[in-house]
Amino acid sequence: MMDFRWDIIIDYLPFFLQGALRTIGMSLAGVLLGCILGLFIALGKMSPLFIVRLPFVWYINFFRGTPLLVQLFLIHFAVMPLFMSPVNPIASVIATLSLNSAAYVAEIFRAGIQSIDKGQAEAAHSLGMNKIQVMRHVILPQAFKRMIPPLGNEFITLLKDSSLGAIIAAPEIFYWGRAAVGEYYRVWEPYLMVAVIYLILTLSLTYLLNYLERRFATE
Amino acid sequence: MISVKNLKKSFGALEVLKDISIEIEPKEVVVVIGPSGSGKSTFLRCLNQIETITDGHVYIEGVDITDKKVDINKVREEVGMVFQQFNLFPHKTVLENITLPMSVVRKWNKQEAKTKAIALLEKVGLADKADVYPDSLSGGQKQRVAIARALGMGPKVMLFDEPTSALDPEMVGEVLEVMKQLAKEGMTMVVVTHEMGFAREVGDRVVFMDEGYIIEENEPEAIFGNPQHERTQSFLSKIL
Repeated sequence: MMDFRWDIIIDYLPFFLQGALRTIGMSLAGVLLGCILGLFIALGKMSPLFIVRLPFVWYINFFRGTPLLVQLFLIHFAVMPLFMSPVNPIASVIATLSLNSAAYVAEIFRAGIQSIDKGQAEAAHSLGMNKIQVMRHVILPQAFKRMIPPLGNEFITLLKDSSLGAIIAAPEIFYWGRAAVGEYYRVWEPYLMVAVIYLILTLSLTYLLNYLERRFATE
Repeated sequence: MISVKNLKKSFGALEVLKDISIEIEPKEVVVVIGPSGSGKSTFLRCLNQIETITDGHVYIEGVDITDKKVDINKVREEVGMVFQQFNLFPHKTVLENITLPMSVVRKWNKQEAKTKAIALLEKVGLADKADVYPDSLSGGQKQRVAIARALGMGPKVMLFDEPTSALDPEMVGEVLEVMKQLAKEGMTMVVVTHEMGFAREVGDRVVFMDEGYIIEENEPEAIFGNPQHERTQSFLSKIL
């Protein structure tokens, strides 16, 4: 620690930056697909019919109740080979993050939707709107505002969890950190650098989310 | 216009409406009064199936809305409703509150909807508030917007569920004024209210409900001047 080797960091900076872009890309793809999938799961889980609810409930149980790393291995080594060969680890990470975040996002959506006063839906129905129109024009726009903070937290969690991709050789930030450790037999510099980059990303996100929250609040 | 036959409504084991039958004529203003818990709001909410009906039939212009084959949304286009808590859409401006159902349900184009909405806002005296959000309105203003919104669909009947109960006293008048105007124009109205002055002045008929039954119904003068039933007498003696 006495002789901190800045040259390692400078050497690996291009890789770290490239890895950071991948991390951002994978997390964005994960959260976007997770949101789309999550909305359907949330709607499914709110069905009045038990038999319709059941698969959605168990989807959420599975993805929230098992370790992300296990899910990643299942998807990368067992599921993805059914669709592609060789398996692209980035695709595996995106698939895992999407499926996993969909479970969390579904619960965020459900809570957001159910937090909107019943009178809103009643008023919209009384004006002749059908269920889909009520959801689309009245409930979801209001629920979305309330969902920004928890969705933001989910995005930050996702971004950090994408580091698991290093284990299946998806070339994101942590992957390059491990590569640098292997090349120089030094642990402090690469791992600290990795931590700092993650910190920069998550703090930037936090500020962005705070800004969004304030913008929507004043409306 | 509206025909209710042996309407029953239960929430679980609690039977709120026990056996309600009533005919409401076109252009009639029917005022429903009664103690809280008497089922009057539930009765009103059954008239457009905001509350699912447990048993019996409700016909709106001859259409049985309890019939599973009837598209309830089509019926609701003809039945406007005004709520105690206004239920304006907070994420939409006053104007958008009125134009939203016009464009979504009636599929009118933007300009058409806007023209109609502004005319309605003028009618309720709030044309200058078109572009503000509901949050910045007083309770009385909110309720007048809610009335304009319901009128926007061109309903044949208007249902009012305690429209002035959530208002500060000084704002009750402005809302009742709009309702009086509507009655004068010949709108068919069913009004659940505690405003006995309104009932007496505007109502063609007053219905007294208690414990899930219609106990007594008559012209306002008769109900207020000479109530027949003992429960009506006791209710009126407490509030007048």
